[in-house]
Amino acid sequence: MRHYLIRRIILTVPTIIGISLVSFVVIHLAPGNPVDSMTMLDPKVSFEAREKLMAQYGLDRPIYAQYMDWVRRIVFLDFGVSYRDGQKVIAKVAARAPVTLLINILSVLLILLIAIPIGAASAVRCGGLYDRFTTVIVFIGFAFPGFWLALLLMSLFGIRLGWLPVQGIVSLDFDTLTAVGKTVDVAMHLVLPVFVSCVGGIAGMSRYVRNNMLEILHKDYIKMARAKGIKERDVIYKHALGNAVLPIITILGLSVPGLIGGSVIFESVFGIPGMGRLFYESVMSRDYPVVMAVLVIGALLTLVGNLMADISYSVADPRVRYDK
Amino acid sequence: MIQINHLTVCYNQTGCFAKASSLAAVDGVSLKIQEKSIFALVGESGSGKTTLGLAMTRLINAGEGGIVSGSVIVDGENILRLTEEKLRDIRGRKISYIFQEPASALNPIMTIGRQIDEALLAHGIAGKKKVRDMALESLRAARLDNAGRVYDSYPHQLSGGMKQRAMIAMAIAARPRLLIADEPTTALDIDTEKEILDLLLSLRAELRLSILFITHNIRIVKDIADETAVMCKGRVVEAGPASKVFRAPRHEYTKLLVLSTPENFRRGIKI
Amino acid sequence: MTNKLFVTGMAIVSVLAVMVLMAPVICRYDPVSINIKQALLAPSNAHIFGTDYLGRDLFSRVIYGGRVSMMIGLVAVMIALITGVVVGSISGYYGGVTDLVLMGVVDIMLCFPALFLILAVVAMLEPGIVNIMVIIGLTGWMGVARLVRAEILSLKNREFILTSRALGAGSARIIFKHLIPNAIAPVLVSAVLGVAGAVLLESSLSFLGLGVQLPSPSWGNILMEGKASLGVCWWPMAFPGLFILITVLGFNLLGEGLRQFFLPYKV
Repeated sequence: MRHYLIRRIILTVPTIIGISLVSFVVIHLAPGNPVDSMTMLDPKVSFEAREKLMAQYGLDRPIYAQYMDWVRRIVFLDFGVSYRDGQKVIAKVAARAPVTLLINILSVLLILLIAIPIGAASAVRCGGLYDRFTTVIVFIGFAFPGFWLALLLMSLFGIRLGWLPVQGIVSLDFDTLTAVGKTVDVAMHLVLPVFVSCVGGIAGMSRYVRNNMLEILHKDYIKMARAKGIKERDVIYKHALGNAVLPIITILGLSVPGLIGGSVIFESVFGIPGMGRLFYESVMSRDYPVVMAVLVIGALLTLVGNLMADISYSVADPRVRYDK
Repeated sequence: MIQINHLTVCYNQTGCFAKASSLAAVDGVSLKIQEKSIFALVGESGSGKTTLGLAMTRLINAGEGGIVSGSVIVDGENILRLTEEKLRDIRGRKISYIFQEPASALNPIMTIGRQIDEALLAHGIAGKKKVRDMALESLRAARLDNAGRVYDSYPHQLSGGMKQRAMIAMAIAARPRLLIADEPTTALDIDTEKEILDLLLSLRAELRLSILFITHNIRIVKDIADETAVMCKGRVVEAGPASKVFRAPRHEYTKLLVLSTPENFRRGIKI
Repeated sequence: MTNKLFVTGMAIVSVLAVMVLMAPVICRYDPVSINIKQALLAPSNAHIFGTDYLGRDLFSRVIYGGRVSMMIGLVAVMIALITGVVVGSISGYYGGVTDLVLMGVVDIMLCFPALFLILAVVAMLEPGIVNIMVIIGLTGWMGVARLVRAEILSLKNREFILTSRALGAGSARIIFKHLIPNAIAPVLVSAVLGVAGAVLLESSLSFLGLGVQLPSPSWGNILMEGKASLGVCWWPMAFPGLFILITVLGFNLLGEGLRQFFLPYKV
């Protein structure tokens, strides 16, 4: 298995290069260059000043040289400075990343904890009332637009009922709270965003678990387990479910980009200071260095997520673990 | 001794809950299996032999079909009327199974040892301390040298023949009285087939086991069966001691089966 | 269970299609005509969905917005389909280095959250209906490519058996006779589900202000405008969101129903 892991890690290198390439190309799709947009409105800026500015940003060099310059810098995590406020990009991203990561990790945990039992129960009671009821709920949950859900929840729980805070990650009087109080405060602010983030995932995953379990329940080894006289409960939970959840690890890996992308929406609606909202603000203000940085980092996070999923899968599935 | 009386089994798609016996998979079958006897259930695909085997301990999925009428008497009790709990007692303890494809009948994510332990623990035959030894004993009885290594292996690490032996070890671990073998050698090559058949014969002697051998292969049946029943389209068309049935088949279908062998073909015998 | 999904989905999609196509007939008001005196009226007989903050009839805006959203969804999916089928076929058929490179591109593209890429590109190139359609399509072809490639690979194995039996007679024709029926099923399912996804993406984009530009209505941007009157009136927020939900639900049901329909026939 070590060979497999080493090979897998080496294979990520071309992907990383590809990620940097795509990010670079996307940003440079705009006609004109960043200096133009910065100085266009100021007629007092002379031609020489513009040239100097372009040289400062390295924009006078051929495009492939710019790419190499940029790559050389980002390897050391130097993503340059923001066009908006001159702060170091990496600092801005690092300040926002933990919140997004926290919300997404909580989402994943909730998805696993809730979707697997629901899906398994649906499969066992296939065709019955529980199954049909959950199917309806699941389909609706899956089709719910995230931003609409966020707005509805905000209006219901925040404005009308006043049970939960709906903006930001901390309350205004955060600093005056005790350690416990601070934790509770953050937790309250996280309830709605995490919920919005994981609804779609729970719906999709529980449907997947259900369908997978149904297939497995018809397999020969389930029949064999019953034929041995094992309790039906053990047949389902030890034999069937164990096999059903293996591919879930892979599916989770595939849903990481969706989760990260979705954070743009609910972070904007709930005013959460995370990477998603940073990306949105930077896109709107054409803050290219930040946009590139978040694109690259977002994609790298996905890559790491996939890698972890692959490694977990190869450890969990004995067929891969004990195979050259 | 096991007695099957007028057993009728239907599958849902055929809609035979409406019409009594038009498209039953198993149609009014009666059989008697003696102790220490090898009973061969012969027929082509679709004759209902596999369904009959599964129905004997109600292993047909509720969603797919069900037993419409009849009875299966084991030790004086009708299996078809037992509670879930009592049924579980019978499964594995009095009647156990081996299937055609060992690769799909073994749970891929559990070690062989654990799958055998399960059978022993479920029936309270051994506590956690003794269960490994008993499992190893079963593996050795199934002629697997290196029982310890097999115990710790996962199914995909074993060859086809070893998987089949492991399945047999699993089936005999609780010392059942009847082993239902559904085409156990069909997926194996000729040499392995012979080994498995030898194994089954010797197990019959060692463990006082009866075997219900389900197959479409007349050649095997001629070699090892004591009693036999021939099934066609859900009905038993002929039954009796194997030697009599094969030497002098009475029903047309049996004649066809018996006489259509490669040797007869070579000799030019026309049916 | 299976037919119910398909039938419900089909019903929803058909009703939506009819509504959206009949927009000029069923809408009483012009979706962009402003009438401040009629601002923020609750739903009534005169205005079935009420009016927005500029006095525009919400029913008309939602129906015309539906036209735009559905059209964008359909065209985006077509772009994704064509790209995916082409890439997947080439990759599967030629194999070797081509396959490696193309699948490498797929892997790279799959690392980017779709919304991130779309937002970045739309910001670079200025939002416009054509841009949106193209970019949504170009972030969604990867799944189709993998499906098509898998079909071709599985058929390539059978092809060798077929060619040896048929003594090399018209192998290309055999491939196409078997390829098309087998590959059409998952691709069709993927396309239907893709429309749902595209509608969600477009409405998210419009909600964030980078999709269909005002005053042209789209479900997403109607919601964006409705956000301002969140605590005051519920109707500018309720109806567009409901329509998005129903549309996505309809296509998802249709797609799932198709998938179950095709299951037993997979050769």
